Amino acid sequence: MTISPSLDERFRAAAAAADLLDVAFDVLEDTPVGSLLVAVTDRGVCRISFDSEPEHSLEQLARAYGPRVLRSSRPVERLRRELDEYFEGRRREFDIATDVRGVPDYYQRVLAELARVEYGSTTTYGALAARTGNPRAARAVGTVMNRNPIPIVLPCHRVIGASGSLTGYGGGLDRKEHLLRLEGAIL
Amino acid sequence: MIPPFETFYEAHRAEIYRFLDRRLGRDRAEDAFQETFLRALRAYPRLQHGEHLRAWVFTIANRIVVDDVRRRKPGGELPELPVEDGLPAFEDLAPLTDELPPKERAAVVLRYGYDLTYDEIGAAIGSSTQAARQAASAGVRRLRKEHE
Repeated sequence: MTISPSLDERFRAAAAAADLLDVAFDVLEDTPVGSLLVAVTDRGVCRISFDSEPEHSLEQLARAYGPRVLRSSRPVERLRRELDEYFEGRRREFDIATDVRGVPDYYQRVLAELARVEYGSTTTYGALAARTGNPRAARAVGTVMNRNPIPIVLPCHRVIGASGSLTGYGGGLDRKEHLLRLEGAIL
Repeated sequence: MIPPFETFYEAHRAEIYRFLDRRLGRDRAEDAFQETFLRALRAYPRLQHGEHLRAWVFTIANRIVVDDVRRRKPGGELPELPVEDGLPAFEDLAPLTDELPPKERAAVVLRYGYDLTYDEIGAAIGSSTQAARQAASAGVRRLRKEHE
C-alpha cells in the first residue's frame, strides 16, 4: 500500500502553510532550458539548478539552510511565475528576493555586483572583478560564476570573455546562448 | 548528520501510512498521517543525530494512535481491522496492547509489529537497549497473564 498522491500533496502543503520548512523545492519540468530544480526559503530564492535530480541538491541545501527541506509547490509558485514570464520575454527583472546565506562572503559580494548587470547587456569577467575591487581577479570571478547558486535570476549568463566569446557556463554553453538570445544580447 | 526531511519522509511515509491504516482505518489514517509528519517536522531541528529515525517516527505515530483512540472512545478498545497483506501476526495483539503501560506497549509494538531492533527501540523510547528488551518481554508476560 502506498499513500495517495492527494494525501502526499496535502501533507506537503500543510507543512509549508504551517511555516515549518527551512527550504521548499520543486522541479519545473520542460522550461525552455530544460528541467530546473528550484528552491526557496522564507527570505527568497536560494537555488536554481540545471541538474533537476533532487538527490543531488538536497544535502547541500540542508547543510546551508537547515534540515527541513521538502518538496512543496506552493512556496515556489511566485518564482515559477516570474521564470515563466521571463522565458516568455515578458519580464526583464526578477522581483523575488535572493537568499545566498549559504555562500562565502567574497561570493556574496561578487553575486551582488552580478545582480546589477542589466537584461539584454553583457559584461566581462574582468569588468565584474574590477567592480568588486580587484581588476585582476577575473579568474576568481569566473569560479564564482561557475558556482552561482541561482543562475538565471543572478544573471551569470551575461558575463562573457573579454574577446567576446561566451567562454563557459555551469549549465552548458547551449543554455547560455539561449538566454542571451532570448534577451536580445546576441543575434 | 540529519538527512534532509524529504529523504526521511520518502523513506518512511508508506510504512507509517500502512501502520496507521491498520490501527485506525482508512478514514482516520489520513489525518493521523498528516499529524505524524507535521509533529516530526516540528521536532526535526532539535534532533541530535540521524540514527533511529525509523523508530522515532513510529513512536510518534503510535502516540497519535493512542491519543486518537482515547479521544474517540474513552476506555474503548481498538477495532479489529482486516489484514491486507501477510505482515504482522502482531495484528492479533494490537487491540490488546492498549492496556499496557506506555513504555511496554511501545516496545511490544515496535518489536513484534515492526521488527525494530532493541537498539532502535531503546532510542525511540529514550531507554537503553537492555531496558527496551526488558520492557518488551515484560509487556509480553503481562499480556499472557491477562489473557490466559
